[in-house]
Amino acid sequence: MSVDFWTYLIVGLSFSLYIGIAIWSRAGSTKEFYIAGGGVPSVANGMATAADWMSAASFISMAGLISFMGRDGAVYLMGWTGGYVLLAMMLAPYLRRFGKFTVPDFIGDRYYSKIARVVAVVCAIFISFTYVAGQMRGVGVVFSRFLGLEVELGVIVGMVIVFFYAVLGGMKGITYTQVAQYCVLIFAFMVPAIFISIMLTGNPIPQLGLGGEYVENGVKTGVSLLDKLDGLNQELGFKQYTSGQKSTIDVFFITLALMVGTAGLPHVIVRFYTVKRASAARSSALWALLFIAILYTTAPAVAVFARTNLLRTIPGTAYQASPEWFQNWEKAGLIAWVDKNKDGAIQYNGSGPAFHKVEGASNMTPQFFSEKKGESGERILKNAPTDSTNELYIDRDIMVLANPEIANLPNWVIGLIAAGGLAAALSTAAGLLLVISTSVAHDLVKKTFRPDISEKAELRTARLAAMGAVVIAGYFGINPPGFVAEVVAFAFGLAASTFFPAILLGIFSKRVNREGAVTGMIVGLLFTLGYIIYFKFISPDLNHAKNWFFGISPEGIGGIGMILNFIVTILVTAVTPRPPAEIAHLVDRVRLPRAAYGEENTAPIDH
Amino acid sequence: MSKKTASPEARSRYWKLNLCWLIGLSMIWFLVSFGCGILWVDELDQYTLPGSGIKLGFWFAQQGSIYVFVTLIAIYMIVMNQLDKQLLSDLRAPEDFEKLDSTEQKGDRK
Repeated sequence: MSVDFWTYLIVGLSFSLYIGIAIWSRAGSTKEFYIAGGGVPSVANGMATAADWMSAASFISMAGLISFMGRDGAVYLMGWTGGYVLLAMMLAPYLRRFGKFTVPDFIGDRYYSKIARVVAVVCAIFISFTYVAGQMRGVGVVFSRFLGLEVELGVIVGMVIVFFYAVLGGMKGITYTQVAQYCVLIFAFMVPAIFISIMLTGNPIPQLGLGGEYVENGVKTGVSLLDKLDGLNQELGFKQYTSGQKSTIDVFFITLALMVGTAGLPHVIVRFYTVKRASAARSSALWALLFIAILYTTAPAVAVFARTNLLRTIPGTAYQASPEWFQNWEKAGLIAWVDKNKDGAIQYNGSGPAFHKVEGASNMTPQFFSEKKGESGERILKNAPTDSTNELYIDRDIMVLANPEIANLPNWVIGLIAAGGLAAALSTAAGLLLVISTSVAHDLVKKTFRPDISEKAELRTARLAAMGAVVIAGYFGINPPGFVAEVVAFAFGLAASTFFPAILLGIFSKRVNREGAVTGMIVGLLFTLGYIIYFKFISPDLNHAKNWFFGISPEGIGGIGMILNFIVTILVTAVTPRPPAEIAHLVDRVRLPRAAYGEENTAPIDH
Repeated sequence: MSKKTASPEARSRYWKLNLCWLIGLSMIWFLVSFGCGILWVDELDQYTLPGSGIKLGFWFAQQGSIYVFVTLIAIYMIVMNQLDKQLLSDLRAPEDFEKLDSTEQKGDRK
């Protein structure tokens, strides 16, 4: 049966599952809509957090990104997992004990200030929107690559599905669909990884295969896989795979910004409000990281497998003798080849990019003349070739998308990858949309502008806000502003330089006051945003290591923003009055189990 | 029925022990990820992970640190569950230490 048949079948089945769950778990109250009633079991919450966290980028792009970056890919592997340690120990249990519904709730109450709350809401909405636009685009891209739909139509299908379960079910609907989506995406990621691991190393566990012995056509070679890959890389003039290219300080700060940013992202934090008590918040952080680690420890193995497969099959092969997947993905525009020396063979080496970007384009994406074919039958590029001897362009997403074909796996596995990519994108999009709608309905309408609103009206407002957010996110998915891809990575920098210090100090210090926290957040935000805007939009041509502050790239500047926030908060606090007495009381109750004060465990704090 | 609470000493002991564990575990977190995975990665690369063909620094950067993260959270979870149990097993009626409680509150607010 054909690939299309399997893809429609598997994607169709998974979508009906999501809709079924949405109808079963409709939200009836604001508490159910915002935090799923606060009674989600920790294993389920861990899975939901994992799906919420792992976006289309983790599923489709990360392994490919690593396979081109080599050791430096560790910034993503460590950066996107290490934050959970901070969350589990320094934030999640205390925020759960605080109760209430959102991150701005905590900031607003702890710093007894509407301004602090509004600053937090603005940050939360800004971070979530930049992030969600990328997810909707991801949905469209998966549809177009696997089913040949237009990207626009794909985005609309995605909008309808998310609309269904986010608007109807709120957090409750989202949580249980995310559990299902985690299962779909992890299965889809692991199946091809396991097969390729057996093919290349004879070991069915990809994590171990990474350190295994290279096996060629079923015969052990006595060389470790990584040595083999280092050798292949060097032969072709690439840097050794296991050595780094970025400067140590840059790697340090990018990792720091991603870790701390993870711990400060509102759609991650809010997941810990959905469990019963603080101890459950700790165990669900453990489950979440465990479920995430399954994918994140497989990804570096997939990166190595894919790179090895690529380097041992493609360079030097005649185009006409190239494997079927090569030409399939060329049709999809993710591979491009220009025969510079007219020998009909594919030259792939480390001498630089194969061609320039098309004038006016924002990145290196190849653009083709629609029907023109070259002498070997290859597609002809609009991009002008460069002087280097390298003739090949490979989109990094190939490394995951083409995996089943490279390993000659059956067609249903390809359908599975499509469903997995969609699950990853939809689950993240839904989590973000919920943060946006909660921020609007709860933090802005209920807490700031119309405190007398009834519960029913608030729930209606939340649903309306979710609808509005779906439509706006869909719009950005269809007409992506050029900067979306750039900005998503910076959502982390902003979360790191605003929320993380404010929440951390709010829990661990009784002395830090409103003035300190608000100035700290504003300084962190402006510094980080300013640095990014300067290097990415105002003077992109200056964006080189020698112009950077201490050699730290805009991706890593959130780490400095965070340190700055800490310093400013503490200095301003030192010269302004202590917070009112009831704040110390509030902090005490956040630090210890409620029962230590003779109170019910789950009751929200009144003060 | 009068509500039972933990004694002020028990509460401050709980918080201090929590901070100790937290600081200790975050130091390991930092040493493994930023230390072994980034700062000392080249030195560690001279060795390989026993029983495999991976350079040690590379392994820490791409896999080992993640395993350590999971372990750290697991340890913290177990320790805190114990501390919770200890704290809550010794609840008493507030009359028993009302005096102490009020002095602590004053101390906090000055």
